[in-house]
Amino acid sequence: MSENNGSNRFPSPFNVPTPEGCEGWQDLYPYYYVFSDDRREFEDNRFWFQDSMHHPEPLYPFDTITCESWWVALGEMNTRVFIVPPALGIDHRVLNGYLYISALPVPNPDDIPGRVAHFMERAGYYYRHWDELYAQWQAKAEEAINELKSVRVPDLPEMEPIETVTQGRGLTSAYDLIVAYNRAIENMHKMWHLHFEFLNLGYAAYLTFYGFCKQAFPGISDQTIAKLVSGIDVILFRPDEELKRLAHKAIELGVADVFKQTVNPTEVVSTMSASEAGGQWLQELEKSKDPWFYFSTGTGFYHLPRSWVDDLTVPTVAIRGYVEKIQEGKSIARPMEAVQQERDRLAAEYEALLQTDEDKKAFREQLGLARTVFPYVENHNFYVEHWHHTVFWNKMREFGKVLVDHGFFNEVDDMFYLHRYEVQSALYDMIGAWGSGGEARGPKYWPSRIAKRKEIFAKLKKWSPPPGLGEPPEVVTEPFTIMLWGITTESIQNWLKPAGNVGDTKQLTGFAGSPGTAQGPARVITSVEDLALVETGEILVCPITTPSWAPVFTRIQAVVTDIGGMMSHAAIVCREYGVPAVVGTGFGTKSFKTGQILRVDGNAGTVQVAE
Amino acid sequence: MNNSPYILWFTECDRSKQNSVGGKCANLGEMLQANVRVPPGFAITTHAYRQFLSARGTSNEIARMLDELDVDDIECAEETSRAIRQLMSETPIPPAVEDAICYAYEELCAECQVADLPVAVRSSATAEDLPGASFAGQQETTLWVRSASHVLIRTAICWSSLFTTRAIAYRKQMGFPHDKVHMSVGIQKMANSRAAGVMFTLNPINGDRSKIAIDSSWGLGESVVSGVVTPDNYLVDKVTEGILQRKLSPKLIEYIPNHAEGRVEIVDVPQERQTTSSLNDDEIINLTILAKCIEGYYRVPMDIEWGIDRDLPFPESVMLLQCRPETVWSSKPPTRVIEHSGTALDYVIANMLKGVRVK
Repeated sequence: MSENNGSNRFPSPFNVPTPEGCEGWQDLYPYYYVFSDDRREFEDNRFWFQDSMHHPEPLYPFDTITCESWWVALGEMNTRVFIVPPALGIDHRVLNGYLYISALPVPNPDDIPGRVAHFMERAGYYYRHWDELYAQWQAKAEEAINELKSVRVPDLPEMEPIETVTQGRGLTSAYDLIVAYNRAIENMHKMWHLHFEFLNLGYAAYLTFYGFCKQAFPGISDQTIAKLVSGIDVILFRPDEELKRLAHKAIELGVADVFKQTVNPTEVVSTMSASEAGGQWLQELEKSKDPWFYFSTGTGFYHLPRSWVDDLTVPTVAIRGYVEKIQEGKSIARPMEAVQQERDRLAAEYEALLQTDEDKKAFREQLGLARTVFPYVENHNFYVEHWHHTVFWNKMREFGKVLVDHGFFNEVDDMFYLHRYEVQSALYDMIGAWGSGGEARGPKYWPSRIAKRKEIFAKLKKWSPPPGLGEPPEVVTEPFTIMLWGITTESIQNWLKPAGNVGDTKQLTGFAGSPGTAQGPARVITSVEDLALVETGEILVCPITTPSWAPVFTRIQAVVTDIGGMMSHAAIVCREYGVPAVVGTGFGTKSFKTGQILRVDGNAGTVQVAE
Repeated sequence: MNNSPYILWFTECDRSKQNSVGGKCANLGEMLQANVRVPPGFAITTHAYRQFLSARGTSNEIARMLDELDVDDIECAEETSRAIRQLMSETPIPPAVEDAICYAYEELCAECQVADLPVAVRSSATAEDLPGASFAGQQETTLWVRSASHVLIRTAICWSSLFTTRAIAYRKQMGFPHDKVHMSVGIQKMANSRAAGVMFTLNPINGDRSKIAIDSSWGLGESVVSGVVTPDNYLVDKVTEGILQRKLSPKLIEYIPNHAEGRVEIVDVPQERQTTSSLNDDEIINLTILAKCIEGYYRVPMDIEWGIDRDLPFPESVMLLQCRPETVWSSKPPTRVIEHSGTALDYVIANMLKGVRVK
């Protein structure tokens, strides 16, 4: 980006070179998902930014299914369902493996007034019937998850079972396999439609209240506004509550000492199963698992990292921490009543500061709407990205297993180096050979290609994507862009400044995500596997945190993230845990190094090197 | 003491005694009753003032001189002002008043266990603190006064400050009869401030009542009040008591007492302290709580002078020095957030159409 220093433009997507050895990376993605000369005029005239909040790493070809699903679903809800007056959807392109996104405005501003009438009718209906529609949504979401769970992935037997004949079925395992795959893929698309059914409207209502507060009480902190609105009984905290319950149970059953010997999940389980009390504890563990351990240690957008239910390391480490706290006589309960009282006090006092009855009424109404929409905003994430996606990725692994068995792949997770269309082709290759008794091409075709793709992928992972492409617009009206990605004048200006060498930066600015100040040694973590390295008293510096990292929050002093807005999950969780946080610093993981002493000011949104 | 005492201790002052002790001392009394920390002291009442003026017929003489005055003639006004103040300075304080003041001062010294206790002598006129009738600039303050005889001299100067040219012209302009404004004088133990300043229970820049705005500098608060330094500025959220903004400025000079010479002097601030924050977070939050308490008591936005006493441990060191209702924003019509009231959905649409400017 050196040629762009001092300019207000990011490089054109057509001028970004391919990293060495990554030639042909485009073959990993569908034709419509990459920049091309065919649409150059359109693509070159837009501002694109790298969605490092959800997709900080290059996209596995298969995993583009989550991006593609939200690309379609978010856009439709804005553009075709609710007719958001000034904004269409968010467009996607992949460059050197990284996802870039661009908010699309309504092309002709004269159309906006006409759109307002439609929005009032359509969004108005949802706002008025929010509670009943949301109850209906929860049922729909659970039904979709159950549908996915019920998808059976058959193996291809040497000979079909006799029932195929005796029941006159006329259909085969190969047919079932293709149907199962298609159903699972359709189910993913369905879930992402549900994801966005309420979210755009929820964010819009929140942003309205946010704008009112910023105007009425200039300088009021983002976290105070969030506190006024945030739900008390939030599903997002439930998995952690289950860990606390299991810690109490372990003490109650007299098996807590197991955690003093080991936090290795396999050892914990085998030690527990050796005693009767331990067996009882394991039963309690099983009760918590479904659905609360369907909780990704990442964002859920990728097949990696895995969820709690797949790898119990995060839960066992956290339970040990809670056991220690309980034994030290400390309370680990969420101070629900205090949180509730504080929320009510804040609302009453701010309202009293308004000087006219009209303003007080507007404050109450906007706060009311924001609180109505907020449970959805906070909870949808558990249903979709965690619960559903944990099931989804594991279901996909079942297909991968069949393909391994038929010699297409060396290992199950090779599947994720194929796009979903390619998997479908491979399945056809396989059933064709199975049915005809001929030879599939896949076992000769895929392993070498997958090996090549792994090489390219490893190199793409090392490449630093520019945060933006093209020229930034003057005004952003798309609710997500503002709320979730926190795109503001400052963040864009920050991005335009090139990152210095690691260790050179003395100060970074971001959003004041959670109040308080702290000083301590940095622990820079770029993937969840490194979470185990985090030591007590350190300051966690990471690209983004996810709710399932919460248990580690009891050990650390503060959190600094590269990406995240006022409502990013890191900010929500940190506020709840009382851990100071600065989110959306842009370059935290690239600027600081492990061991550097950092001073984090969660009130001001700054991070400084203390030496 | 009879029904109209010459002296009232701050602990005896409240709003009902405003005619006797003026707005400033009445406020200090109110604050003491609200359990706010205020340096101890007493008010020399307007009764003492009237006694001083009537004992030798001085008030009649003043009335005659003011009757002849044409305020639009500046030279004439200045001449009259000078003559009145000359007359007052030549008039001896009646012995009974003098005794009462000296006795009270000695009692204050005894209470603070300091001989020749340094005190601030401040005017507290009966009209000066009324909202909308600010007599700002006409108040007379002398710092670090020690000994009863100096207190007497400074008291007389305070009394005569009611007749500066500006005070006379101002009353005329505002339509206050001259003989209806009386002067009480507050005698208050000097806070030996390490840092001091002024705070408002609103943001003086935009009138936002959800903030406490604190201006602070090193030494006694006079450097902030008189504007000779650019103070540190802190903005605090009134509801959450969270510090939202800290703007530090180079504070080049400070007012500090010169104990040897018994006066306040202006000295250069050593370089290492110039750009360091004059308040720490605990002090800022403590001041915020103080400001909220005072505003809660008066139920109007307040303008507050405070100091952090270097001789006392925190939090006892945080002192209210004086307070008065804020006048600038309080006299304006209330600001409105919304222009057209509507349903929540109307607001959502209006907000969407606005968007966020990113360049």
